[in-house]
Amino acid sequence: MLKYLIEKEFKQFFRNSFLPRLIIVFPIMIMLVMPWVATLDIRGVNVTVADSDRSTLSSRLIEKINASEYFSVRRVTLSYADALEDVDDGLSDLVLDIPSGYADSLGRGKSCKILVAVNAVNGTKGYLGGNYMAGILSGTGAGVDVSVLNMYNPTLNYRQFMIPAFLAVLIMMLCGFLPALNIVSEKEKGTIEQINVTPVGKFQFIFAKLIPYWLIGFVVLAICFLLGWLVYGYLPAGSFIVILAGTFVFILGISSIGLIISNYSQSMQQSMLVMFFFILIFNLMSGLFTPVRSMPGWAQTIAACIPPKYFIEILRGVYQRGCGFSDLGIQFAALTIFAVFFGLSAVLTYRKRA
Amino acid sequence: MDSIIAENISKTYGTVKALKEVSLTVQKGELFGLIGADGAGKTTLFRILASLILPDAGKASVEGLDPVSDYRRLRCITGYMPGRFSLYGDLTVEENIRFYATVFGTTLEAGRVLIDDIYKQLEPFRNRAASRLSGGMKQKLALCCALIHSPSVLFLDEPTTGVDPVSRREFWLVLKHLRESGMTVMVSTPYMEEAGQCGRIAFIKEGSILYSETPGRIVESFGETLYAVSSDRMHTLLDDVRSFTGIKYCYSFGDSHHFVVDESFSGEKALAGYLAGIGYGNITVKKIQPTMEDCYMKLSLR
Repeated sequence: MLKYLIEKEFKQFFRNSFLPRLIIVFPIMIMLVMPWVATLDIRGVNVTVADSDRSTLSSRLIEKINASEYFSVRRVTLSYADALEDVDDGLSDLVLDIPSGYADSLGRGKSCKILVAVNAVNGTKGYLGGNYMAGILSGTGAGVDVSVLNMYNPTLNYRQFMIPAFLAVLIMMLCGFLPALNIVSEKEKGTIEQINVTPVGKFQFIFAKLIPYWLIGFVVLAICFLLGWLVYGYLPAGSFIVILAGTFVFILGISSIGLIISNYSQSMQQSMLVMFFFILIFNLMSGLFTPVRSMPGWAQTIAACIPPKYFIEILRGVYQRGCGFSDLGIQFAALTIFAVFFGLSAVLTYRKRA
Repeated sequence: MDSIIAENISKTYGTVKALKEVSLTVQKGELFGLIGADGAGKTTLFRILASLILPDAGKASVEGLDPVSDYRRLRCITGYMPGRFSLYGDLTVEENIRFYATVFGTTLEAGRVLIDDIYKQLEPFRNRAASRLSGGMKQKLALCCALIHSPSVLFLDEPTTGVDPVSRREFWLVLKHLRESGMTVMVSTPYMEEAGQCGRIAFIKEGSILYSETPGRIVESFGETLYAVSSDRMHTLLDDVRSFTGIKYCYSFGDSHHFVVDESFSGEKALAGYLAGIGYGNITVKKIQPTMEDCYMKLSLR
């Protein structure tokens, strides 16, 4: 009987003019566009240099900065105060103050202090720009001692960090939203009435709803994986089996959340908005964009209770660090608990009668 | 033997009392009609008997099974056709039937005997999506799906609402065939002329059963003198007739007004004369035999 229920779900899915296209086009769009857009790589930071030294060494430093892809030198002024005006006028993001006697000090082997003032209105840009600048300066032996070691992502390529995250977002959206709309649409159409008078059991009914999303999730995974490889040349460092297993457990959990919402909703709008609320929290708190560890304690506690956090950890772990099952024990255990808990709740909250 | 028994069933939605201590019995193999206006509580009663909602108070039994505690077994032996079309519109006719056959643990071929008459009419459209069928065809398909597992009790909630007169007649013929096969059929309808086709009917109004009898006896037991009146100005006529002596009550009925009189009524000629006197033309007043609808009006105006 379960087979027929699933068959019915698939027939309905493929006869829908919109849904099959959605699960193909949506991942392709996201994977082709988003990795270029959602980037924290800082490029083209405008710099004004206040060069009080006016030496060969200082102009060589300015050339070096200008040659970097991260910076473009707007203007070289005589005083620090003039340079700050550029920041006030929004022309410049960063001021580099080279004191007089810079060349002299270096020549005599003494250290010299260079001031890097950044406009921190755009905090990320300022912070990263300042760090890059420090890197360049330390290379000139200008007395700034900075050493940055970028583990696992040596070029600090933000894309490598975000591709696994987009994969998680896509699966969360498609395998979360679609089930949220499923049962409630049967309620709206009235078909649930006819199903409820049949002897079909709750377990069978809910499982018949869940299993199609597994398959949909794997299609999405395959598309993302292929595009990540073909377009960005990015393959997971670890085993694909681990990613598959993680996706398998994660979909069960996230789709069950969708079904629970659907069980309680009276209309599509209602379930849509509730699901949207959860997806938003999931996106912002799961460590997708901002690291969970830099959140306040209470927020970390909430983050520990949301399934996508663990899924993203698995994906990033496998993609970037080549983790295997043994390294991701906690994450797999957490996802399994979520899957069982939400799966059972989805069955139990489905009421065949009022 | 009683097939369906309802004892003092009550159901409240918020502040609305949908059913007030409803009791009725339907015998095995009976075609039982539940007649009432929209919002009278017909659907609520059906949903309780079909185990879809729980009553607040009272007890029910369908073929000896309690819809509250024994709902699993009950769902295997009852067929329910909701008032609103609730099959899968994106599945074809045949897929819908096969789907419901499977969820009831049977096959189209096994269940075919009972639905053969209707299925033959649907067969030309078997590959058409259910949502693209006409109203009458949709109802026939819904009936097929409700009958596929050969239930012993069939609940039909307003199966002919919004269906053309020819399809309606066909539908009732099918119901009669089903009753002949020994199935208990409980059907609700807002159409009085359909009530006459039932073996026994119950009038339901504002959540209470007013009367439950055979259609013949309901008409026989009308026990009042009934007249029909019409004129060239029907709109004001209602109030003018009501103001005449000896009129118990008067209501509009199609292209005439019907009224019931008591002993003080001075005869149809006197009324015609009175109406002509206040400016009506084309007056006809005649004594008529009560119909089912008159009986319903009598009960509901009481």
